Amino acid sequence: MTAGGIVAEPPIAAAPPPQAGPGRLGRFLTGAIFLTPAAVLLVTWMVYPAIYTIIRSFFGQHGFIGNWVGFDNYKTLFTTATLRTAIKNNAIWVAVVPALVTAIGLIFAVLTERVRWSVAFKTVVFLPMAISAFATGVTWRIMYQQDPQLGAVNALARSVHDVVNPPGVLSQATPAVPQLQTSGGAMVLKTPLHAGSIALLPLTGIAPDQVPAGAKQAVKPPPKQGDIVGTVWRDFKPGGGKPGVVEQGEQGLPGVTVQLRDASGKTVQSTTSASDGTYAFSNVGSGTFNASIGAETFAQPFAGYAWLGPKLINPSLMIAYIWIWAGFSMVVIGAGLAAMPRDVLEAARTDGASEWQVFRRVTVPLLAPVLSVVFVTMIINVLKVFDIVYSLAPQSTQANANVIALAMYYTAFAGGGNFGVGSAIAVFLFLLVVPVLALNIRRFRRDV
Amino acid sequence: MATADVALELPKPRDSVASKVLRWVAKAPLHLFLVVLGLLWLVPTVGLFLTSILPVSALASKGWWQIFSKPSLATFSNYSALFHNAGLTNALKTTAYISVSNTVLVVVIGAMAGYAFAWLDFPGRDWTFIAVIGLLVVPLQMALIPMFRLYDHLGLYDTWIGISLFHVAFGLPFAIFLLRNFFIGLPKDILESARIDGANEIVIFVRLILPLGLPAIASLAIFQFLWTWNDLLVALTFGQNTQPITVWIAGQLREFGTSIDIIAPASFISLIVPLIVFFAFQRYFVQGLLAGSVK
Repeated sequence: MTAGGIVAEPPIAAAPPPQAGPGRLGRFLTGAIFLTPAAVLLVTWMVYPAIYTIIRSFFGQHGFIGNWVGFDNYKTLFTTATLRTAIKNNAIWVAVVPALVTAIGLIFAVLTERVRWSVAFKTVVFLPMAISAFATGVTWRIMYQQDPQLGAVNALARSVHDVVNPPGVLSQATPAVPQLQTSGGAMVLKTPLHAGSIALLPLTGIAPDQVPAGAKQAVKPPPKQGDIVGTVWRDFKPGGGKPGVVEQGEQGLPGVTVQLRDASGKTVQSTTSASDGTYAFSNVGSGTFNASIGAETFAQPFAGYAWLGPKLINPSLMIAYIWIWAGFSMVVIGAGLAAMPRDVLEAARTDGASEWQVFRRVTVPLLAPVLSVVFVTMIINVLKVFDIVYSLAPQSTQANANVIALAMYYTAFAGGGNFGVGSAIAVFLFLLVVPVLALNIRRFRRDV
Repeated sequence: MATADVALELPKPRDSVASKVLRWVAKAPLHLFLVVLGLLWLVPTVGLFLTSILPVSALASKGWWQIFSKPSLATFSNYSALFHNAGLTNALKTTAYISVSNTVLVVVIGAMAGYAFAWLDFPGRDWTFIAVIGLLVVPLQMALIPMFRLYDHLGLYDTWIGISLFHVAFGLPFAIFLLRNFFIGLPKDILESARIDGANEIVIFVRLILPLGLPAIASLAIFQFLWTWNDLLVALTFGQNTQPITVWIAGQLREFGTSIDIIAPASFISLIVPLIVFFAFQRYFVQGLLAGSVK
């Protein structure tokens, strides 16, 4: 059995030869009895509608009579922005998804061949195939929620993000006095400083639970010859107080990075505030300086990627779709792999080929027919993709995620009501699917 | 005796413990990789389930994984509330009517036609069969608009029967293709001798073909059942108040954040039945899949 022979079906053309028995009419009647139900259904639900839709696509929105529009509906299809988005998105789907699904399925199939518990793994990966694409959409909406507290994908992204880019200790803080100004994420005290100055850096907007642990009563340090000293503190006390003045009941902010910049803006010294908020730059020398609090202190915590927002919606949909179909690809390719002649692989290994060479030069070429069945099947599936877009893309970004089947539905139904353009979209989809599926059927006939 | 022993042992030299351990260690990264992948693949489904058993108040501020630190939050009140929700119970009933009825019809009608194409001889048989195969390429979008109009005239719009019949028709080409090809492989002499014994075609079909064709019929039935249980588009188009579960949940999706206590458990209920079918008949499911990559 060749790898392509996973489909254990006899050829289409070879039916048993006619046999002796009832006369021509009798045979015809028997056949008719068995075929009538199927024929009625197929003609009424498929043949008649298909012809109707093709004809309907040449007429305008308001029915047949006096409404012949020629190819206008097809022109609309390629000139309306939403429909063009749909075609463009579907093209991206076709370019990306079938290849990825086939590749992932191949990798999974080859890897699972080497472990004893492959059945468990295959079951887990195959599971989403049984679930509706609609329920998958709901499932991934929960995964993709933007708030990292709610959505698992962003929670994972945050744990990576926080290592690379930790959130600042005082991400919510704002300056309490006008001299302290925000610039490029940092806060700079515009008052010029000299050796012996005191630089007060009052901040507000810090919630009590955001005050760094170990904060003590803020202290204004005495001036010191040759040094610049100062305090970073939470310039707020219940019942009011004077902005910019260190008062009883106000807390110092420990652990804040304070930088000293010279006249050209270059950071010359850097230090960290103590538990009472005080800090000091020693031996600053001559010249004027500015004190500033580094941008990292105010770095915003990770807000989460907008997976379902207009920019990321298409990749997000494709990830969920691949999650569904990887199992299909893995199982079909796995069946092809199981049917592959072992001795060929063994011979290659005996000849000293590395595992990678065996995979690249023997396994993949022998699997080519199966791989292309998976690939072509996925192209057809992707062309008709509907449910997952409908359920996973929120209303606000469905226009960005539009695909042909979705556009057809919204154009003809759900308030669209344009059967002319709707029919044209359906015919367009039909024309896209026919050659691909015809290819698949031909392959079936040839392989078997 | 000694020579026999040697001969027996030669093909399988005993592995030393050390070499076993070594091989296991060499494979450890692969095992680890697959375990991580498997877990990743499970996360969405597990997340849906855990979301479905958390109260909506808890879900407003933290995700489903909070249940690991606070297992006491788990509650089945979302589910018990749903089973008193007439919308959901009706949707489940509608889903069951549609998927069971159309599965039975596809199997019966498909088997009859498959038998005719495989074993009956009548003029134009092969051409008709190729025409049926040709119908495999027709996407159901081609039928939505005309059937929407026709259903209006026939009184089939917004009925589960209308939705079910649509699925029957679009399931038939694949059913006929699959069953005809299976039936044609059945041993010819059994049928011949039954005919010689004077059995008519209907008796042969019921007594011989259906039982013998059971493996293919089972694959087909499972596929058709899952296909229609999971359908959204057809029911969305031909139903308004007749809503299977997918359409009913879709109606709740607009208020995703606030009705998550309905959406999550309802979605989980909707996927329990397919999962049971899948686990119970996994073998047939995979067989059908392998034969049906053409659909």
